[in-house]
Amino acid sequence: MKNNTVALLVGLVFSVGLAQSEMINPDRVLGFLDIFGDWDPALMFVLGGAVMVTVVTFHFILGRQHPLFDKQFYLPAKELLDRDLIVGAICFGVGWGLYGYCPGPALAALAYFEPDTIVFVIAVIIGTLAARKWQHFSN
Amino acid sequence: MLSFDVIFPAVLGGVLIGTAASVLLLFNGRIMGVCGILNDAMGSHQNKNSWTWLFLAGLLMGPLVSDAFFGTSVPVFEDRSLLVTVLGGLLVGFGTSLGSGCTSGHGVCGIGRMSKRSIVSVMTFMFSAVVTVYIIRHLGA
Repeated sequence: MKNNTVALLVGLVFSVGLAQSEMINPDRVLGFLDIFGDWDPALMFVLGGAVMVTVVTFHFILGRQHPLFDKQFYLPAKELLDRDLIVGAICFGVGWGLYGYCPGPALAALAYFEPDTIVFVIAVIIGTLAARKWQHFSN
Repeated sequence: MLSFDVIFPAVLGGVLIGTAASVLLLFNGRIMGVCGILNDAMGSHQNKNSWTWLFLAGLLMGPLVSDAFFGTSVPVFEDRSLLVTVLGGLLVGFGTSLGSGCTSGHGVCGIGRMSKRSIVSVMTFMFSAVVTVYIIRHLGA
């Protein structure tokens, strides 16, 4: 119950951050990625602002024995580089550069009920399921 | 080009995003990676993963709350073709799932943890995204 309330509030604050920084507008994102054109540097400050916070806070938080509302931290187990990490990142970058949405802003923008966004999110879900099948068969 | 009006909302939004990630890790011990959360929400351990649905509910409320109380408005952007929309979505879903993370998971949280995998992932997807935009806008693909 406590954990769920935290999750709801965190989702809300994250999403207000996406709206404030205009990550929710895919044209702004493409303007940032277009470094050889009329470059829009704003989103560099979004990621920079976010990482500035997490680099400091994560250091102290992960120094604790456990989180406040749970017995353990749930961190990714993998530490080594592998093919899936690189191939996945390349595919994600191409999709991001095509449309201008990564998963967070796309899901947040569902709030506006735009047909394009709904189609994009359905495609994201199909792509996610396809990757699961792919990993199931290749391992 | 680089005025206060451009930088302030970007840094403010970034600090909000970083704060949200910090609160989720401090209280729940979870990484705020949207594609991982989406993956878990669609997974089979529903009783353990109820928090992922509440996170997604909060995510959906954000733009409406921001527009109503914090002076933003519905984003206006160019129409995309159906091909670009579907292909873009498929690649984003496939790539983030295969590569275990996106801008929030690898970018905001992974760099925060100084994870080698995340730093390599962010450099890789930034590079392929920049190349994609370059090909479309400057080579007229």
